[in-house]
This record gives sequence, C-alpha cells and structure tokens, in this order.
Amino acid sequence: MTRRTAVILAIGVVAIASTWFLLRALQRGDRSQPTGGPVNPASAAAATGQKITATLYFVSEDGLSLAGVRREVPFSEDVFDQARHVLEAQLGPAPEPFVSAIPSGTTLRSLYLTERGDAFVDLSADARTKHTGGSIDELFTVYAIVDALTVNLPAITRVQILVEGKEVDTLAGHVDLRHPLQKNLQWVRAEKDES
Amino acid sequence: MHACSRWCGLAAMVSLLVILARMPAVEAQASDYTVMSREGAQQLPTRMVGGQEMFALDDLARLFDLTVREDTLAGGLTVSTKTQTIVLTPGQALASVAGRLISLPAPPARDGRSWFVPVDFVARALAPALGSRVELRKPSRLILTGEVRVPRVAGAIAPQGTLARLTLDVAPATPHSVSQDGARLLIRFEADALDASLPVSTTPELISAVRRAEGAPMLVVDLGPRFGSFRSSELPGERGATRIIVDVLPLTSPTPEPPPGAPGAAAPPMPDPPPLLDLAPPGGLRTVVIDAGHGGDEEGARGPDGTLEKDVTLSVAKRLKAALESRLGLRVILTRDSDQTVGLDERAAVANNNKADLFISLHANASLRPAASGAEVFYLSLAEYGDQAERVARGESEALPVFGGGTRDIEVILWEMAQARYIEQSALLAQAIEAALREHVPMSPRAIQQAPFRVLVGANMPAVLVEMAFITNPDQERQLKSDTFQTSLVRALVDSVGRFRDGRSTESSTPAPATNRARGPGAPR
Repeated sequence: MTRRTAVILAIGVVAIASTWFLLRALQRGDRSQPTGGPVNPASAAAATGQKITATLYFVSEDGLSLAGVRREVPFSEDVFDQARHVLEAQLGPAPEPFVSAIPSGTTLRSLYLTERGDAFVDLSADARTKHTGGSIDELFTVYAIVDALTVNLPAITRVQILVEGKEVDTLAGHVDLRHPLQKNLQWVRAEKDES
Repeated sequence: MHACSRWCGLAAMVSLLVILARMPAVEAQASDYTVMSREGAQQLPTRMVGGQEMFALDDLARLFDLTVREDTLAGGLTVSTKTQTIVLTPGQALASVAGRLISLPAPPARDGRSWFVPVDFVARALAPALGSRVELRKPSRLILTGEVRVPRVAGAIAPQGTLARLTLDVAPATPHSVSQDGARLLIRFEADALDASLPVSTTPELISAVRRAEGAPMLVVDLGPRFGSFRSSELPGERGATRIIVDVLPLTSPTPEPPPGAPGAAAPPMPDPPPLLDLAPPGGLRTVVIDAGHGGDEEGARGPDGTLEKDVTLSVAKRLKAALESRLGLRVILTRDSDQTVGLDERAAVANNNKADLFISLHANASLRPAASGAEVFYLSLAEYGDQAERVARGESEALPVFGGGTRDIEVILWEMAQARYIEQSALLAQAIEAALREHVPMSPRAIQQAPFRVLVGANMPAVLVEMAFITNPDQERQLKSDTFQTSLVRALVDSVGRFRDGRSTESSTPAPATNRARGPGAPR
C-alpha cells in the first residue's frame, strides 16, 4: 500500500466516523437537554416532504374504546419535531368513521421534552372548556395524546398535559393530570390503516 | 353360663357401638329460626350437628327457591339460585359462590338423604348468591329477606328522681308514634315487625310492664297506679339508630308538668345510658361516604335534553344515603348535599376525616357517541403513580422516599399512598358493585376498569367511582332522571355494600369469630 493510498483511506475512515458521530449527536440532541418551546405553525411543515407512518388514536364507532389508526405524518430526525408532527396530526380531524377524542378547537401551544423522556404537552383552553365532561371521554382525550407520543416515539416514556401553560388537576374532573402519565393501551382496540 | 353372659354383654356393647356409629351425628334439635319477608313469616328448623347449628339444605331450597344437586361421582353438592351456583364439598368448610371461595364454620353434614349446612351459610354464601337482601340475625334467630322492615329494639327502665324513664334504642331509626290509650302507652312503629329485647320494670308504681303487642309492630307500656302523665322525645343515635325516651311522671309532681304528649315537652337532658343495642355491624363497616360527582360551577356532563350530571348524582346520592342508613344501619356522609362546588381533594378529605370505611363516587358518563350506554365501575390504577405507590400496595410502606424536599411532592406521595394501601379492597368493592349493578341496570361491555382518577387517589379506604349510565345517550338520560332507574341503582348499590360487608365479615370472623365483635372502631385499619 502506497503512502497516498494510506492517507486516502485514513481520510475516508475519519470522514465516515465524523458523519456517524454527527448523526448520533443529532439523534441524541433532543434527549441531552430540555428542548422545546412555543410551536410555530409555519415551521411545523416538513421541509423534506418525507413521511413516516404513525399510529394515532381516535374514538371508535361505539364510543367505548380508542381505535389505533395508522396515518402518514411528516418525518423528522429530530425527536422534538417528530413529536410535534405526531401531536399536530393527533389534534387534527379524525378519519371516518372515527371521531377525535380531543375537544374541537384545541391547539398545541407548546411542547417540551426532557432528558428523562418526559414530554410536556401544553394545550389551549378548549381542551377543558369544550370537553364533554364524561370520564371515558376524558380518558380518551388524555390517552390519545399520551399513547400517540409514547407509542410512536420510544424516546418519550411519559407525557404530562398542561393547559394554557399551567399544570392542571384534570381536564373534566376525573383523570389525574398532576404528573406525567405513561403509555396505557387498555382502551385501544386493534389498529387500522387509514383508507 | 358365666362365659355366655360375658360374651352376650360384649356382643350387646359392640351392637350398641355399631348402632351409634351408624347414627348420624345429629345431637339435638335447637329452636327454629323465623324467616320473614313482606309476604309473612315461616319457620326454619335447625339441628345441632357436630357442635354446629345447621339448616337442612332441603328447607333452604324450599324457602329460597333453590335447586340442590348432589354429584355422587365428584362428591360435591351444588346449590343453584336463579342466577348463581354455590358449590359445596363434603369434608371441607368452604363454599364456592360464583367462583369465589368463602369459608364456613363447618363442612356440610349428611343425615341419611338430607344435607345440612351451618347457619352462617345463609349470610356468607346464600345471600351473595341470591343477590337480594338476606339478613341473618343470630341473636334473635331471624332471617330477613327483601324489603321487610324489622327494626331492632332494646329497652331499659330506670327511675329519674320522681319519674320513671323508659329508654328504647331502635336500629335502624324507624318512624314511630307514642300515644296514651287508657292505662297504657302505645308505641307504634312504621315497620313490619319488631325484633325487640324488652326490659323488666323496676318502677311498677309508674310502669308495670313493657310488652310487645300481639300481631302488630307496637310496644305496649302498661302504666302503674301512680301514673299521672308522660312525655316523649327522640335523640339521634349512632350508625343510623335512634333513641326514644319516654318519661312517665307521677300524679303529684313537685314541678308543673306539661300536658301529656304536648309538643315541645321533651325530657330534659340527662346522662344517657350506654347504647342498649350492639350496633357494631359485622365486617367493621360503619361509615360510608357517598360522593355526588361535580356540583356548583362544575356541572359535569350534560345530556341532549339538558340534564346535568351534577343534579343526577346528587339525587341518587341522597337516596342512597337514606337507603344505606335504613337498610344497613350504616352512618352515611355526603360530600355535598346541595348544588355546591367541592374540590376533588376535599371530597376524599371528607371521607378521611370521618374515618369512612368506604368511599363511593357517583358519576354519569358522557360520550361523543350518543349510542354509548351502560354502567361502569372504576377503581384506581397504581401504575401512573410510580414505584412508591406500588410498594405501598405491596405493604412496603416503611420505605417512604421523599424526593426533592418540596412540600407539595411530599403531600402528593402521602395522598397517593393512601389509596394504594386499599387497592385490593377497592377491587373487591368494584366487583361487588359491578355484580349487583348487573342485576338491575344495563352495563357497559367494559364494566370494571382501572384508571388514574383524581378523586380516588387520596381516599384512605376502599374507594370506587361508579358511572351509573351515559347521560349523552337520550334513552339513558331519561332513565337517569327517572324514579324507577334511580331506585334500581340505589338497590344495587345497597346490595353491593351489604355483600362487601358480609365478605369482610366472613374473612375477619373465620379464624376467630369472637374477636370480630370485640374490635374497636378503628380496628379495620
């Protein structure tokens, strides 16, 4: 092996290693420090146009369970951005024949992720004021959000819902929201692909 | 001859032993029990078998419409009601009621073709299997079924200065009237019969006797020759009981007396005699807190016709309170008795501060889907409260971690641990309520669930949240407002509390039945 070849090989190895470390650092970036802030709708659009399939949760036809529905959402390598894409899709309209578990008009105000894997989802006041008030609907509202994040993003293990930037006891008088909740699929029925 | 007599004597003794051995172990016949229902009273004989007082299964089958089958191959006995089956195994002091094992004081016994079961079988196995009220009162040898009202009455007579005071403790509190009829006073009760233990008079000049009236729920006070007038009053007693005080005054009194039976002529306060009735209910169940969900500014869910959840829950809670007090003799406290806003922590605090034994939160469900219907029963899920709660549930409460030092966190941990300790009992209570509701009202396909419900977290006793129906379903909204449906709900909830109490009584009394009665008010915890 000539000296020139060795130099080229060494440069190649360094380049590959640098790329690998850079990618790793990008992946870790969201977990290494608290990340988040107000959501800018303009920046929410995926820049690349790439999509991934995420499972979202909507109220089933009988009203007694959540249906997991696979739907394409914008892809992002960034956990924070990906979480935001998933949440925005979850807060959006439900595909037929399902209905959204999230009270109409509810928007995502902010999203924060911590290095412990906790996500703080700050919703607008409609999440409380426009809620039907039933305990089962409240469970569906809460766990549609909790499960959408924890199922689709393994880096997120727990989710706490805030309203208008503040910690709340409940949305409608039932489900304890004073601390982060973990994935709970007991109300979820089999998944369906969105047609 | 001598040898012959010796052999004959031996043979006779062996024959006697053989005969004795072949005889069933029936020792003696005790006095009958009386089974009372709104339709009337029937006698139920008992027998002493192996030191245990027992009923013949055939008699129980006749009275309670049961089917008794003996499985000769498996050696078991099945006793079937219309909906449930009890399985008994000879030689084992156990019964399986709809799959749940309960203990009996003795195994079933056989006499020829008849099977006998311990008297406690009625309360521990038959009552839960029948799913309706079957109350065993061993001291008075009564079995009460259905809606029959037979208050317990115990009396004492004592001189109070110049007058004689008749004190009657009545449980549960029962409407009554006191009137004079010549030389006697009549105390009439709005009941079907009285389970009375009456005193012997120590003041014959004023009260010569207190006796039951024949064929009526009434006591007769025979007045003595010095009777001048009387006055009666009533004091609320503990755990749904009441105390009636009748003062009989002599003809000449040092102070002017009010006219007989005049309103406001209550006896002056005097030192109370100790409770005359043993009001300690079995299973240590004394106080129940009923939480009418929402209220005030928190309307809860709303039906399509405008019915508010907060109004329905309050209505059912009030009716349930009255029924639990009158039928089970329990002390019942409501977290709210009007349309007022009560915080979620306050609701659990009401239960904790009153040392309640059960906490039942009443709600009406709502769904985005109008077709959703049926009742659901929730108890707390611990998974959301982390390892600390799970450890407390496993009885590892001494390892109490306090992280961060923040006051709020400490408080949260303590409240959450409160319910964690009772999670198994809460599950049993949820099962009892679900089973009873299923007999009276439509159920959701997911009738029992666990969820992180805020109102249950801080309850320091078995606690459940009952979603009685979906108020967003037009039919169920009408039902929730209706007297019939509310009555069915109340009946189911009263039955389930009774069954839960009986279950706890069974568990606590099995190893040493006498200790249950000796327990203090704080014993269950």
